[in-house]
Amino acid sequence: MRARWKVAGAAALTGVLAATGCGGGGGDGGGNTQVEVFSWWTGGGEEAGLNALIEKFQEDNPDIEFVNAAVAGGSGTNAQAVLEGRLQSQDPPDSFQGHAGAELQDYIEAGYLQPLDDFYDEHGLREAYPEQLIDQISYDGSIYSVPVNVHRSNVLWYNPSVLDEAGVDGAPETLDEFIDDLRTIEEETDVIPLAVGAQWTVDHLLESVLLGELGVEAYNALWEPGADWSTPEVQTALERFDEILQYSQEESASEDWQEASKRVVDGEAAFNIMGDWAAGYFVNDLGMTEGEDFAWAPSPGTDGAYMWLSDSFTLPEGAPNQEAALTWLELVSSQEGQDIFNPLKGSIPARTDGDPARYADSQYLTEAMEQWKSDELAGSFWHGVTVNNRWKSDIDTALGLYLQDGDLDTLQGALDSAAQA
Amino acid sequence: MRRARTWLPGLLLVSPSIILIGVFVYGMIGWNFQLALSDKHKPIQDGAFVGLANFIDLWSEPRWTNAVGNAIVFTVVFVGGALVLGWLLGLLLDKGIKGEAALRTIYLAPMAVSFIATGLVWRWLMNPAPAERATGLNALFANLGLDSLVNDWWTSPDFGMAAMGLPAIWQLSGYIMALFLAGFRGVPEDLREAARVDGCSEWQVYWKVVIPQLRPVLLSAVIILGHMSLKVFDLIIAVAGKQIITDVPAIFMFDMVFEVRDPAKGATIASYMLLAVAAVVIPYLIWTIRKERSEGR
Repeated sequence: MRARWKVAGAAALTGVLAATGCGGGGGDGGGNTQVEVFSWWTGGGEEAGLNALIEKFQEDNPDIEFVNAAVAGGSGTNAQAVLEGRLQSQDPPDSFQGHAGAELQDYIEAGYLQPLDDFYDEHGLREAYPEQLIDQISYDGSIYSVPVNVHRSNVLWYNPSVLDEAGVDGAPETLDEFIDDLRTIEEETDVIPLAVGAQWTVDHLLESVLLGELGVEAYNALWEPGADWSTPEVQTALERFDEILQYSQEESASEDWQEASKRVVDGEAAFNIMGDWAAGYFVNDLGMTEGEDFAWAPSPGTDGAYMWLSDSFTLPEGAPNQEAALTWLELVSSQEGQDIFNPLKGSIPARTDGDPARYADSQYLTEAMEQWKSDELAGSFWHGVTVNNRWKSDIDTALGLYLQDGDLDTLQGALDSAAQA
Repeated sequence: MRRARTWLPGLLLVSPSIILIGVFVYGMIGWNFQLALSDKHKPIQDGAFVGLANFIDLWSEPRWTNAVGNAIVFTVVFVGGALVLGWLLGLLLDKGIKGEAALRTIYLAPMAVSFIATGLVWRWLMNPAPAERATGLNALFANLGLDSLVNDWWTSPDFGMAAMGLPAIWQLSGYIMALFLAGFRGVPEDLREAARVDGCSEWQVYWKVVIPQLRPVLLSAVIILGHMSLKVFDLIIAVAGKQIITDVPAIFMFDMVFEVRDPAKGATIASYMLLAVAAVVIPYLIWTIRKERSEGR
């Protein structure tokens, strides 16, 4: 009975997908004459990067037709819903994009992904990527994805002239200094001390504050299943977080990250903690100059720690054109492929052997590449590295309720039980 | 044989839609309830029957009670507001305002706009920024010197969901006006005339003669608004995005199904939403069927 329902559901879904033009690929059974790659890169630098990769792929493999199955909207939410339907109805694309790390855990547990250990050995990728990265994306000793880029989550963006005006001397290095600076800016100027946006950007801030207060080792330990979140150290971190949030603007909930980050370069806010995609946004979309209109530093207390997230590609179980998919993965994991993609997307290669010359235009990227090689790595929870979707959603809910009632004890309790679930 | 000839073509004609609705509406509803009664909390689990456990567990989650509370506030404000405003507009038009046709069109126009578009406009209008950075309505109030009216709109923990009802009222009150106007016009002029002859004031004519005849209109209006309100999703997403301050059951369900990938929990929330809508719609259906029977139709 159940099986029959599944078939009916799958048939219905396939019909819908075919009708909306998201199908493709599956029909001609393993000829490896085409490769269908699924992503949510449909705009800006992401799309430019993807297109450059596609061009390179076609150049090297003229016999393989490349099917770009990108789904627009909702920073991936729409794409993930479509993908879920395709995976459940056993109509996977040949490769799909996902955040590296625990966010893929659900897919792995569901048996949707093939392990890529042999692929890693064959192409010497274990040496090409930082050792800590390999550790942090392994699941039960196996690797299921190929990171193509790295973004940094713990970056403090600031407006140098606003800081000057307030008499604040450069970026704060510790959370204590940060809170002092926020207070000074509030007293001395009319600008918003710290710009934040909608709820998810506060999740983003939380991870940076946790890392800043606890340090890399204790931060990473928080994401072991069953970790203890009821400690006084976590409590202190949350108190800091609470205090920092007091310096944000009232209307934050109505703004997404772009609006919040833009306040910094516009001189309406002094600080903003956001991922390093903000650099691309400032320079490419807003035409701002690095070092003048905005400057950056590791978020307070996290110097020497690189809180990373990464886009990666996978090999689904039952991919119709597996050989072609492996050819694609080979390109995205290669130094050449990553150096084609990343300058356009505004990220750095996940491999440590990228060619710095290709990133020389951007002072930010140049610095980031250096730090990626030397810094300690911590995974971003909000961007899917350290927790699966359920844990992430539990934290988001706890944080949302806290933003409503401001009750820190309840927040800590909810974070603790989220880790135990 | 001859009998078959009378009913068979009719049945053949409607059977495709009966089958399609049977499978894709009622079959799926059944499937959903079956999921809600199982412990299939991950896509890969098979899911054993657990009875009403999911339905009970949900109430211990703060996010659920918060979402239900929000949905109730939204419903009260939206349904109440749209009814009162729609009724008032209908009444004014019925009293023979000049340029009725133009006004009718103007008031009805918001109906043609999607909730997403309405939401985007009201997202700007209800921007919660304080006076010095205000846009939208807050800027208007600040410029008029009405600083005390500048408020947090939908981001306020206390009145947030009530503010969220405003765009919905704006969108639907024109439609409710049209319903009431049709209702007012449906009351025969003879009846009003008779009442006037009997010495009723114009107010009494409305209160004692016209309004009692509007009960069916009122009921349909409540049903239409009520079921829209209980499953509101797109308007909230367009104004606020996914945030706990404006969480409602439909958004909670979307999260559970598509982000957390918990089929059983998603199905449980969906079941509650269906039951809530059914609680509004079923009495209405029973009432109409009874009424039609008693009228011998």
